Amino acid sequence: MSAVTLKVNGQVHNLETDPSTPLLFVLSDDLGFRGPKFGCGLAQCGACTVILRGKAVRSCVLPVGSVGEHEVTTLEGIGTPEKPHPIQQCFIEEGAVQCGFCLSGVILTAKAALDQKPQASDDELRQTLGGVLCRCFAHLRMWRAIRKYREMKKS
Amino acid sequence: MTVSRRTFLKTSLTASGALIVAFSGDSLVAPSSLAQGPFDTHRSHIDPSKLDSWIAVSADGTVTAYTGKCDFGQGMFTAQTQLVAEELCLSIARVKLIQCDTSVCPDQGTTSGSQSSPTNFNLRNLAQAAATARVALIAMAAKKWNEPADQLKVSEGVITSGSRQITYGELIGGQRFELPLNPDAKRRSPDQWTVLGKAVPSLDRVALVTGHFEFVHNVRVPGMLHGRVVRPPDVGAKVARVDESSVKQIPGFVKVVVRRDFVGVVAEKPWHAVQAARKLKVLWTPGIGLPTEAQYYQTVRAQPSEDDLLVDSRDVAQHLASAVTALKATYFHPYQMHGSIGSSCAVADVRPDAVTVWSATQSAYPTRSIVSKLLNVPLENVRVVYVRGSGCYGLNGADTVSFDAALLSQAVGRPVRVQLSRQDEMAWENYGAACVIEQQAALDEQGAIIAWECESWDASRGGRPGYEKPGNVVTGTLAGFDPDLIQAAAAKEPHGELHNRSNVVPSYLAGCVHGKCGGAGTIRSERVVMHSVNSPFYTGPLRSPLRLQNTFAHECFMDEICARVKADPVEFRLKHLRNERVIGAVKAAANAAGWMPRPGPNANNSGEKPAGGRGIACVAYEGDNGYAALVAEVSVDLNTGRVQLRKFTVAIDAGPISNPDGLRNQTEGGILQGASRALVERVTWDDRRITSVDWETYPSLYLDTDVPEINVVFVERKDVPATGAGETAITLVAAALGNAIFDATGARLREVPFTPERIKAALPVGAGRSA
Repeated sequence: MSAVTLKVNGQVHNLETDPSTPLLFVLSDDLGFRGPKFGCGLAQCGACTVILRGKAVRSCVLPVGSVGEHEVTTLEGIGTPEKPHPIQQCFIEEGAVQCGFCLSGVILTAKAALDQKPQASDDELRQTLGGVLCRCFAHLRMWRAIRKYREMKKS
Repeated sequence: MTVSRRTFLKTSLTASGALIVAFSGDSLVAPSSLAQGPFDTHRSHIDPSKLDSWIAVSADGTVTAYTGKCDFGQGMFTAQTQLVAEELCLSIARVKLIQCDTSVCPDQGTTSGSQSSPTNFNLRNLAQAAATARVALIAMAAKKWNEPADQLKVSEGVITSGSRQITYGELIGGQRFELPLNPDAKRRSPDQWTVLGKAVPSLDRVALVTGHFEFVHNVRVPGMLHGRVVRPPDVGAKVARVDESSVKQIPGFVKVVVRRDFVGVVAEKPWHAVQAARKLKVLWTPGIGLPTEAQYYQTVRAQPSEDDLLVDSRDVAQHLASAVTALKATYFHPYQMHGSIGSSCAVADVRPDAVTVWSATQSAYPTRSIVSKLLNVPLENVRVVYVRGSGCYGLNGADTVSFDAALLSQAVGRPVRVQLSRQDEMAWENYGAACVIEQQAALDEQGAIIAWECESWDASRGGRPGYEKPGNVVTGTLAGFDPDLIQAAAAKEPHGELHNRSNVVPSYLAGCVHGKCGGAGTIRSERVVMHSVNSPFYTGPLRSPLRLQNTFAHECFMDEICARVKADPVEFRLKHLRNERVIGAVKAAANAAGWMPRPGPNANNSGEKPAGGRGIACVAYEGDNGYAALVAEVSVDLNTGRVQLRKFTVAIDAGPISNPDGLRNQTEGGILQGASRALVERVTWDDRRITSVDWETYPSLYLDTDVPEINVVFVERKDVPATGAGETAITLVAAALGNAIFDATGARLREVPFTPERIKAALPVGAGRSA
């Protein structure tokens, strides 16, 4: 056990924890965040995705001790129910959700990719989303929402 | 939900007002003694014949409704809220729905089998309760004003007559109705609907998209510990010795729990529990050994079986022997997984006199009964609170993990949360059954079908635990309870009338039993027999259980017949159908897809690359629980065997539609899930254990799929009861894709999944080899 300082969604948290603990466990169990979720624990599905240094990363395999001073952003960190982030608004408008368990992976991966390259082509987006799973297969609406967000960034 | 059981009950008390009196006052009736079927409504300590069991009106006029059908992403929460709002003439914001909490909701068995709409949206249960409440409230106002009830108007919970008005809250707020459900209370008809039938955005959408929704994975209870299970390494292995000292040094370690072959660890933190489960030294006996996967379908056919003869006109063999043309083909469908994206999770708090389980089960009351048996505690001490998990698509790990949490909590005397590892989930879930389906048909000189025989084998073990059978899922077996096993028995003569619940009878058969013909088709020389055999792996309902496997075989075989007689697949189907709703769906799908009649396959596989094709399939789901037809368009790269999905056009008739957006979402998702199952999904094993245990070894279509256009056409009928709709579309996908691939390439695929290797191996000689 050692002291770990973690900055999440703009807030600093001081914790006593084993630095080898995956970031996901700290976020969901010590800090009570509901956005990132345990899907596989193997970085194969994306349900645990958070944004770190502008990139979508899998928090289920990332030791909390390796995060350092960099801020972690979770799904609830980009917008609120009252004021959703534009990409969240696109998902709401398109009804791009069924059970919703996968959304951290889908939304944050697409957001990070489009924030980095606003006019990423469908093929480029497809490469980024290659490791993201939605087992309800709401793919059609999710792609509609992602493309809508891309259009918004254009204007 | 970071609350203790006591505070939660208090909250329920405040929220539900009058209802709680019924809950604490009524005597308990063992649900199993009154069970009428897994999806139906049963009497428990909450009496479903009483209005107060379903509806409570608070002083401010808001309505709380209690349902035993829960939402796991399919939209049932929103649709049921719309239903109650519609019948009580309220906006949805004034309706609060409580789902599947055994302390306050009626026992509606299991939310499955596409039975939520038939159960709660027709003339019974929740719909009838809401209609009863509206009629009763109007009658109260009429009596008060001494006016005829039919002169009064209702809007937004306010009853008016001229300048007089009174609210629901003023009439009954906080009090019980003390009325039975009124079978004469008329439902509002679909023409009057203002809330139901509208594309209301799903009510959970904003919370889900912004990461605020509470899943069962987020339930936290004060004093809660974390558990993990240690499953056997091999199928059938038993515990020989457990070495607790191997994990004692792990920080936060609390206890190793062993009950017969059930092994689990409990720790202060989830990461500690993961480490303890990995490091615990358990000596296991060897397993039972597994049949070779490559020859598994032959093994299945050779097993002793429990047989069911659904129809037998006793002249099929004669027709097959003497026919001008006879066809025979055998189809194979593998075990497939629910493969929920979230590993299953539950929280249990087992105290000496009260047990609470927060569970994502589809079966709140049955789970309550099983927990009472597993823990050997009185039924009335157990409460199951439904909290949503990730999409389940049937019997995933939600039940078994609830039992895991209960066993661990009982052993440590504190609340325990258990989340399965990915491997625990995938190696031990109740898979969709593997099937072998053999088809034969006899044709006359004009090429019409005169006789059809279907003989199927399905391999199963266990299933839903129901109220009685803990051993039907892995935790129960490990803890010492037996699963349901197949007892070999010869078929009895068909009796009663045809119930095509598993769609084992093809739609083209007349389905005649003792002169009563319940099938959807015209073929009167017919024989259908099912053989059920024991499986080494647990099985259970997976979205469209057996219906999908059987429909794949029926609809591909129909396509084979069309090709043989050079008939157009749409026209030839219509010629052998007599159920007007299936006919309506076929015509609507063909029309919307711009179907071009063709004599047999295009199989334009010589020059054009990739080759394009279209296929059609149709179904009367469970015989009478939804009707649909699907046209699939694909292109196939003849060199690689890769299939590209081009377009799906589906026509669906589910009676009156509660929420068109919800139905569209379910249908789109069902079609792509069906495509994933048809193209890539298959459970694998070696001689000892399951080898498909994560997303690398059990493939799925990911978000990088080139998603095709999906055109969903509603054939809406408002003069018939509501049917199920969540499983209708997926039932057709493997069949329509198989037929489309055949049209494109001439390759007939009789085994799911349609992998590139299988497609290339099935290509006609000369196709795709030239490049």
